[in-house]
Amino acid sequence: MHELLFFIFAALCVGAAVNLLVQRHPINSALSLVVVMLALAMIYLLLGAEFVAAVQVIVYAGAIMVLFVFVIMLLNAGEEERTAGSRVASLFGIPGVFVLGGVIAWIFLGKTAPQEDVGLGSFLPATRDIAKALFTDFLLPFEITTVLILIAIMGAVVIARREEHR
Amino acid sequence: MDLQTFIVVAVIKIALVLFVVLTADAYIVLLERKLVARIQNRWGPNRTGPFGLLQPLADGIKFILKEDMVPDDVNRTLYILAPMLTLAVALMTIAVIPFGESITIFGVTTPLQITDVNIALLFVLGITSISVYGVALAGWSSNSKYALLGSLRASAQMISYELSLGVSLVGVLIMAQSLSLREIVNAQSGGFWHWNIIGLGAGQFPQVLGFFIYLGAAFAETNRVPFDLPEAETELVAGYHTEYSAMKFAMFFVAEYTAMITVGCIATILFLGGWHGPVFGPPLMQSLLPVFWFVLKVFFFIFLYIWIRGTLPRFRYDQLMAFGWKVLLPLAVFNVIVTAAVVLLRS
Repeated sequence: MHELLFFIFAALCVGAAVNLLVQRHPINSALSLVVVMLALAMIYLLLGAEFVAAVQVIVYAGAIMVLFVFVIMLLNAGEEERTAGSRVASLFGIPGVFVLGGVIAWIFLGKTAPQEDVGLGSFLPATRDIAKALFTDFLLPFEITTVLILIAIMGAVVIARREEHR
Repeated sequence: MDLQTFIVVAVIKIALVLFVVLTADAYIVLLERKLVARIQNRWGPNRTGPFGLLQPLADGIKFILKEDMVPDDVNRTLYILAPMLTLAVALMTIAVIPFGESITIFGVTTPLQITDVNIALLFVLGITSISVYGVALAGWSSNSKYALLGSLRASAQMISYELSLGVSLVGVLIMAQSLSLREIVNAQSGGFWHWNIIGLGAGQFPQVLGFFIYLGAAFAETNRVPFDLPEAETELVAGYHTEYSAMKFAMFFVAEYTAMITVGCIATILFLGGWHGPVFGPPLMQSLLPVFWFVLKVFFFIFLYIWIRGTLPRFRYDQLMAFGWKVLLPLAVFNVIVTAAVVLLRS
């Protein structure tokens, strides 16, 4: 059952990702990305990472992508224009994708399994354990990330403000 | 319980809950019209059936029979998808709401809840954050300036108030130490002074502030008065659903009232002790009384929604944003810090 659901959501994820690139209208692309995020959340859920799945939905699908859609709506962005595309890109790009995919698959398949196999859905960490790890063992990286986000917010405010003073 | 029984029980529960919620939606509309009419010294609907009790039925038939118009130049796919998404998302949250203890029928014991998940509260918050898309896409795909402005307002408002909504619940989570709604209710058992809003039990701290922040933020999330700017009829005709008619409009309508019920349920579970209340009498009554208390508490919130609608005027847009970011959010963070400190010092 778990394997079947995994393949359904994995296929949905990849399909939506391809759709993201194929669609011409930015809002369709943004919505495809939402589907990718939600499918990823379902895969996390299948792995037993309930908290991560919920956060994935709340933060990525619910907050970040809403802002994307919001901006697209606000700017009323039209359909993107298609150029013929450079021949060099298609000549090297398409084989490049296959080579890269092959290398990644080769590395993954070549690695022996770690100490023990973790089956789908056999590992259920409590939210409390995640919080404990985050606020004790990984406190420094956690705090540094918050500072990084604060800097990003300040940067956004500065960029948004500059227009007014001109 | 084997798989077959499980599926049968699950389907029965889903059908029952859906029926109750949708019927409640219809009658809340009638209740709202009646109560607001009384507040404004009118009669309200009183021609269809005794006391106008058949009015929801008439409204439903009207919605089904009306012409289902799709304006030219709309983005057809998204225009049709938006109301469905809104309604589906609104109904999904009901799945994790526990409305009573377990019940035993024909030798099968089942909890009074469609499904009990460990992260129920996060599930509800996640679904709430997804519900923005329905409103945003409805306004955008309609290709109308009023609808677009309405949906822009709605998205900005929902994103802003989601933060305070989430943070206001942290105090409750600190005390319950669980994200499961059933366990949060169980943590409040033993007399009304253990309810989180009063919070005088061992290791508890009153969540009055959290309760009012939640109510404010939740009213804004459901786009109800005094935060109903997305559908401010004096400026925006009907906001994001201006271009919708017949059943598609009805879907937005039902979604709004379902969201009201969900907010009432969550507030009841988190702050008012869920289904806890005086239980007495024969066994059957003992198993049904908790459900009655739960419904009664949810009804209180529905009544509050309507009461406030009949009383308060609408906020101005800048007031709305300032209230969300400068008042509710700092207060919510303050509540978290104080609750955490008190619980830590007492333990």
